[in-house]
Amino acid sequence: MSFTRFLAVARKEVVQILRDTRSLIIVVIMPVILVLLFGYGVSLDLKGLPIFVYDRDGSQQSQDLLKRFQASAYFDIVRVVNDYPALTRALDDGHARMGIVVPWDFSERLHDGGPVQVQALVDGTDDNTANVLIGYAQAVVQGYSSDLQLDWLRNHDQPAQPASVSVETRTWYNEDLESSAFIVPGVLALVMSVIGAFLTSLTIAREWERGTMEQLISTPVTSLEIMLGKLAPYFAIGMFDVIVCALIAIYWFQVPFRGSFLTLLISSAMFLVVVLALGFFISVIAGSQLAASQIALLITFLPAFLLSGFLFSIEQMPVVLQWITRILPARYYVSVLKKIFLKGTPAALLYADLVPLTVFALVLAVLATRAFHKRLA
Amino acid sequence: MTDQAQAAIVAEGLTKSFPGVRAVDHSSFDVRSGEIFGLVGPDGAGKTTTLRMLAGIMPPDEGTASVGGFDVVHDPEGAKHHLSYMPQRFGLYEDLTVDENIRFYGDLFGVRKTDREERSAQLLQAAGMREFRKRLAGKLSGGMKQKLGLVCALTHRPKVILLDEPTTGVDPVSRRDFWRILYELASEGVAILTSTAYLDEAERCHRVALLHQGKLLFCDTPANLKAKLGKGVLSVTSSDPRGSRDQLEHAAGISSLVLTGDGLHVVVDDAGRRIPEFEARLKDAHIPFDAIQQVTPTIEDLFIDAVSSGSGASLHA
Repeated sequence: MSFTRFLAVARKEVVQILRDTRSLIIVVIMPVILVLLFGYGVSLDLKGLPIFVYDRDGSQQSQDLLKRFQASAYFDIVRVVNDYPALTRALDDGHARMGIVVPWDFSERLHDGGPVQVQALVDGTDDNTANVLIGYAQAVVQGYSSDLQLDWLRNHDQPAQPASVSVETRTWYNEDLESSAFIVPGVLALVMSVIGAFLTSLTIAREWERGTMEQLISTPVTSLEIMLGKLAPYFAIGMFDVIVCALIAIYWFQVPFRGSFLTLLISSAMFLVVVLALGFFISVIAGSQLAASQIALLITFLPAFLLSGFLFSIEQMPVVLQWITRILPARYYVSVLKKIFLKGTPAALLYADLVPLTVFALVLAVLATRAFHKRLA
Repeated sequence: MTDQAQAAIVAEGLTKSFPGVRAVDHSSFDVRSGEIFGLVGPDGAGKTTTLRMLAGIMPPDEGTASVGGFDVVHDPEGAKHHLSYMPQRFGLYEDLTVDENIRFYGDLFGVRKTDREERSAQLLQAAGMREFRKRLAGKLSGGMKQKLGLVCALTHRPKVILLDEPTTGVDPVSRRDFWRILYELASEGVAILTSTAYLDEAERCHRVALLHQGKLLFCDTPANLKAKLGKGVLSVTSSDPRGSRDQLEHAAGISSLVLTGDGLHVVVDDAGRRIPEFEARLKDAHIPFDAIQQVTPTIEDLFIDAVSSGSGASLHA
């Protein structure tokens, strides 16, 4: 291992990155865009969902109920309609996610003490949202109903404090249940996968494609020097991007950061080794840049996106998928990120994630070193 | 060159097969220090494969080879410190400047900065490229690229240089610069093995080896090879080369015959005797022709003769 040769390869690689606009965009602009995109664009919170109402009763009571819907942060009454077809149209064209219909005899029946039903027509195309909507709507109606009962009891001189049990919830770690706090830390894993695996997957394949490899392997440079020299600049870039993304998360999106920055850097370095080695390995075996980039996206970016727990909770996946996530390095990194950001878990308690990550890093690093030979096929 | 001159490259029985084709078939030759040795042959003759095996980047199936005293088959990395290989396809980085490429290769060969600067200044001067140091390699002309390749290959003062068709697609001026540098290196004791598809260029080499379909037909100095023809080469100038060929193809005393732009080149056993015979034959057939003259044989004549007669027979086995 000659430091001069390692440095020569690394310097060459840096110059090439700096002169390639596409690489520069991926390195500098893409991480920022990804963080902003996921910070703003992807919100798992359901707030201000558009609903239409059709009040067939038009009484004081029906207005009271509907005001409660309006008061809830989850709903936004965008229009009051006067017939069913208007409601159906709104659901069809997506202007409303739900329609609330108050029956014409609402106040009358309330007065009689009989059971009253309010109709909710829900757009079920997105079942997740639909379920949440129904839940929220039920909560609003239930609240209204229990207040009515309390009022009735009070007005009839019954004991004013009927025994009632309620759950007082207190949410830890993500007190405001902001989905940006849940998502943004995970974006780091996505960024690392792109920088690490995608960009490095091109490096070896590019040299073969452009015909520079043949001359390179005829020099005394060793395959280890080539590998380390090529990966070092991407490692530096990856660490730089981790810091940039973390700062945007903390200072722009106000994601709580409770752990130690050092732990963040160490675990990020570990994950970087994993993706860099993987990218290098892909580059060696793929042969062409096109194949390499496709393989890299398929085996790093997609799993990091879908199966790492970044957006979708692993516990809620089918058991088979849960098993598959165990062989995904991104899963462990995302888990570390969430714990460091939101919980402030000390490094010593992260072993369940850090140990597999280290094992992946070691195995893939060895695999990458072994894969490349200074030989023509 | 003396016989005591050390053999810088020794190839013995080098053999390499690819699926369906034997690219190099038991090839043996040696190149002495200070010698320019040409590998001549058409595309697919096995020139590139031979050079790759000697450069230590492709292991042979059979045979041994040493370069600069190192066994390239068993210790390719040791040999790589002392050799330079220029692949046929431009192998430098087009997005790096001339200077950056020189520095990169200088560093890979462990050349010290002061040595590199002195040596590259001198080489760039010889190549007529001094004012292009800051230019991106990709923006150089074909000839300039090849000369840059040579400069990068020479900064570490290798004992052996392997060049794969270095002057293909190179303009005549750059080609002349290129050969001047090669002669200069040879006089310094560097062993140069170069392949070429240009037979006229082969005549500039000290010795040439003729390759055809993986087999080394023979190897000698251009002068000796020409002498081997022993016979004569006749040039037939005619406005109907094909007609002349059809007439002469089966004439007595012909060992090979090839169409040229303005007629035929015919290798014959006895020039003095055959000229009048051919003239008579063409006249009888009413084929128009200007003259039949004896010419100095070129390597091309030699090559075609070697391939079409004698040794050529076994090639199609």
